[in-house]
Amino acid sequence: MSLDREQVRKMAHLARLTITEQEAASYAETLSRILVLIEQMNAVDTTGVAPMAHPNESGLRLREDTVTEPNLREKFQKIAPSVEAGLYLVPKVIE
Amino acid sequence: MFEKTVAELSRALGRKEFSSAELTTVFLERISRYQNLNAFITVDPERSLAQAKAADVRIARGEGGALTGIPVAQKDIFCADGWLTTCGSKILSNFTAPYDATVIDKLNRAGAVCLGKTNMDEFAMGSSNETSYYGVVKNPWNPETVPGGSSGGSAAAVAARLAPAATGTDTGGSIRQPAALTGLSGLKPSYGRVSRYGMIAFASSLDQGGPLCRTAEDCAWLLNAMAGFDARDSTSVDAPVPDYTKTLDQKIEGLRIGLPKEYFGEGLNPEIAQVIQAAIGEFKQLGAQVLEVSLPNSQLAIPCYYVLAPAEASSNLSRYDGARYGFRASDYKDLLDMYCKTRAEGFGPEVKRRIMIGTYALSAGYYDAYYLKAQQLRRLIAEDFRRAFEVCDVIMGPTSPSTAFKIGEKTDDPVAMYLNDIYTVPINLAGLPGMSVPAGFDARGLPIGLQLIGKYFDEARLLNVAHRYQQVTDWHQRTPKGFS
Repeated sequence: MSLDREQVRKMAHLARLTITEQEAASYAETLSRILVLIEQMNAVDTTGVAPMAHPNESGLRLREDTVTEPNLREKFQKIAPSVEAGLYLVPKVIE
Repeated sequence: MFEKTVAELSRALGRKEFSSAELTTVFLERISRYQNLNAFITVDPERSLAQAKAADVRIARGEGGALTGIPVAQKDIFCADGWLTTCGSKILSNFTAPYDATVIDKLNRAGAVCLGKTNMDEFAMGSSNETSYYGVVKNPWNPETVPGGSSGGSAAAVAARLAPAATGTDTGGSIRQPAALTGLSGLKPSYGRVSRYGMIAFASSLDQGGPLCRTAEDCAWLLNAMAGFDARDSTSVDAPVPDYTKTLDQKIEGLRIGLPKEYFGEGLNPEIAQVIQAAIGEFKQLGAQVLEVSLPNSQLAIPCYYVLAPAEASSNLSRYDGARYGFRASDYKDLLDMYCKTRAEGFGPEVKRRIMIGTYALSAGYYDAYYLKAQQLRRLIAEDFRRAFEVCDVIMGPTSPSTAFKIGEKTDDPVAMYLNDIYTVPINLAGLPGMSVPAGFDARGLPIGLQLIGKYFDEARLLNVAHRYQQVTDWHQRTPKGFS
């Protein structure tokens, strides 16, 4: 399996990455090489094997639905690129 | 002072042979003197010295603990309140962390002094420290070679005696491989042993923090402070933390060491094979039994990992959008454009490659063929270890297939770079603890690491076994030329 430039552009779009034509060509080449490596997985028949998502199979803990964190809005917003009146500013989304 | 181990420094501080402020000053001066290694991204002497002076007050009052006043270099993946925390990336080049990671918090409470934030591969994606936005790190054993990665700055700092100990993180080998390439002892704990809270996420089902030190004993001291349950990390395991220093000296007679035949096949540098065999010989002298085991699916660990880790990374890294923190592109026409340009300008090529691979593996129509398949293989790999541990207590082999390679040698070929982690990745997939300890040198004088793999949550045994080895060998006491 190899990726062409068009597929790379599609992945870049899904991943929210601007890429140039030249980059698309270069990524198509390196990503295809990585896919060749990945496809070595097909050497093993895994029919019926239960997928393993993470090593901690005792299951995830539940906790009470209570407030545990303090409100640090000002501290967090101090490092934001753009804020106003306690809100994060981004380009206009709705006309 | 700078030649002492953490254990020695702690005793000296307790006897008031010198103060933490004096000790911290010595290391800060060395960091400044050996800047050419590029081991640190951020140093803040004032802040470090303030912590050292506070530690001295604690010690004077008799309230000091094992790590009080000990300078520790922190990998720049750990959020530390008020410290620039870049994760090796441009996208976090202006990110001053607003809170402490649990690891940082625990070390602060123990009275350790933060010496600075160490250089690393961008978002821990790399095996040579060459993907860092802040430049390559040089290996103190030979400045033309890499220190390994992704915790390359931490490794170079401890190897060059710019810090007595450092933290690292290991997703596919990022503590053990740099430890091997720089002649250090490095421990990746079991998944769930050390909290991931505030440790910038790369691949959440694989990431684990741990120490890089000169000796196994020092790793035990650090792990004592770093390990433990944390309600803020949903994958943290609620199990008691033993005192890892208490079992270091236990005899290892009768220990069953498994050697996976797949770890000694093609692709392993013969010099390394020889050194590992010599190390196994030492263990036999100490009364251990050696037997062959098999990890038949381990060869597929790299393909499996390069689906799972990028898939998790593509999801984790979606948070960097330029809206709430970090770098934002300066020129954009709308929201989508802001996201795309911020990420295009903020991430380096290796991070972008992995995001795109992960996006592809998770995209409609490919999920079963890649992501599900990799998760199934992951189980087979974990099962291999479970079976091997039915007949042995510890598994040993090489940490890395080669010693430190030349800067630039593998940067054009991501697949060649990925194969550096062939012996370390299976351990992360299985969630087991792994360690690398210095076991010798190649003909060019570059360090070789022996890898020790333990049962789930059996860190105490790994540290014990490594410590016994270090009682009868002196590989861990060598200092690179020009740094003593």
